[in-house]
Amino acid sequence: MNPVNYLYLAALLFTIGATGVLVRRNAIVVFMCIELMLNACNLSLIAFSRMHGNLDGQIIAFFTMVVAAAEVVVGLAIIVSLFRTRHSASVDDARLMKL
Amino acid sequence: MNTVAAYTTSTGEAVQFWILGTVAVLGALGTVFLKRAVHSALSLAGTMIVLAVFYLANGAYFLGIVQIVVYTGAIMMLFLFVVMLVGVTAADSLKETIRGQRWLALLCGLGFGVLLIGGIGNATLTEFEGLAAANSGGNIQGLAALLFGKYVFAFEITGALLITAAVGAMVLTHRERTERAKTQKELAEERIRKGEYIPPLPAPGVYARHNAVDVAGLLPDGTPSELTVSATLRERGQIRDVSSQAIADLRALEQRANERLERDPLEPPRPRRGGSTELTRAEEAQQ
Repeated sequence: MNPVNYLYLAALLFTIGATGVLVRRNAIVVFMCIELMLNACNLSLIAFSRMHGNLDGQIIAFFTMVVAAAEVVVGLAIIVSLFRTRHSASVDDARLMKL
Repeated sequence: MNTVAAYTTSTGEAVQFWILGTVAVLGALGTVFLKRAVHSALSLAGTMIVLAVFYLANGAYFLGIVQIVVYTGAIMMLFLFVVMLVGVTAADSLKETIRGQRWLALLCGLGFGVLLIGGIGNATLTEFEGLAAANSGGNIQGLAALLFGKYVFAFEITGALLITAAVGAMVLTHRERTERAKTQKELAEERIRKGEYIPPLPAPGVYARHNAVDVAGLLPDGTPSELTVSATLRERGQIRDVSSQAIADLRALEQRANERLERDPLEPPRPRRGGSTELTRAEEAQQ
């Protein structure tokens, strides 16, 4: 098997995640799809690291994980406060700025 | 451990890739298409564990473990906590705000995937060096040398980011109480003064076989009263309707009665010799 297959898998997972962000309404599920895309990127970074034979790709994947952890904390806090004020976690309900 | 091959992987890794890759894609599809948020979260956790195995197979031993500890351990549990706060069974609304948005989104996703995979297919990826040389001094030692050498500034910035995220989460979820909470006496006075509904609220679930709190009690005319169910459940739309179940229960009861009285369920009971069926049967049984 050619290790390029890892890149194809990462592309497929990223596509599924992006489709999920577009299709789903529940803010939590949308957020999970974003996590899926981040994970797909990490997989491709690690495959690149193996391709080039150095560890820089792994370092970048590590930083991605740290940023994802911070993002999850803030994002879930936003979802919780949104649910408190609107009593719904649907992304369609938050449209106060719409004309 | 250091035998990460150069151009083609070992057969074992190929088998692992095809099996676990299928699992990962199924988990991702489950995340997108399962209706309930809990099921989505569990499928995503499965995909993340599979990805951790792939990291290990690619020679990223440290990141494979970190993926399990941080992603499936911490982040997914945080997701489950929020799902619990927001309501486990609150399903997605299926009403489309923009008409045809779902199909357009699927089409966009398909096009994007074709572009991305076609792009990778067209790239000339001929050199695969493998991590044997880079991992020779140990994967964690190599990562540490890079992290505290070349990337030390980014590492410091990461610390600032994490502190900001923690403070931000606290600020967003903290609620300052601006007024004193009402006491029970004040609440009672308010209720009397309003005069809308003075006695305590009725209890839920007065069906004979259901006294669960999510089953609405029945009014004298047989319609369920939403007033009997807790306001939280009412708001989430989690009131259970057991009317169909009640009919099934009645049917089962009738069938059992038929079996007990040795009646043929297909044959409707008809009165014989002026007396009631049950009575004549009982007389026959006595004789």
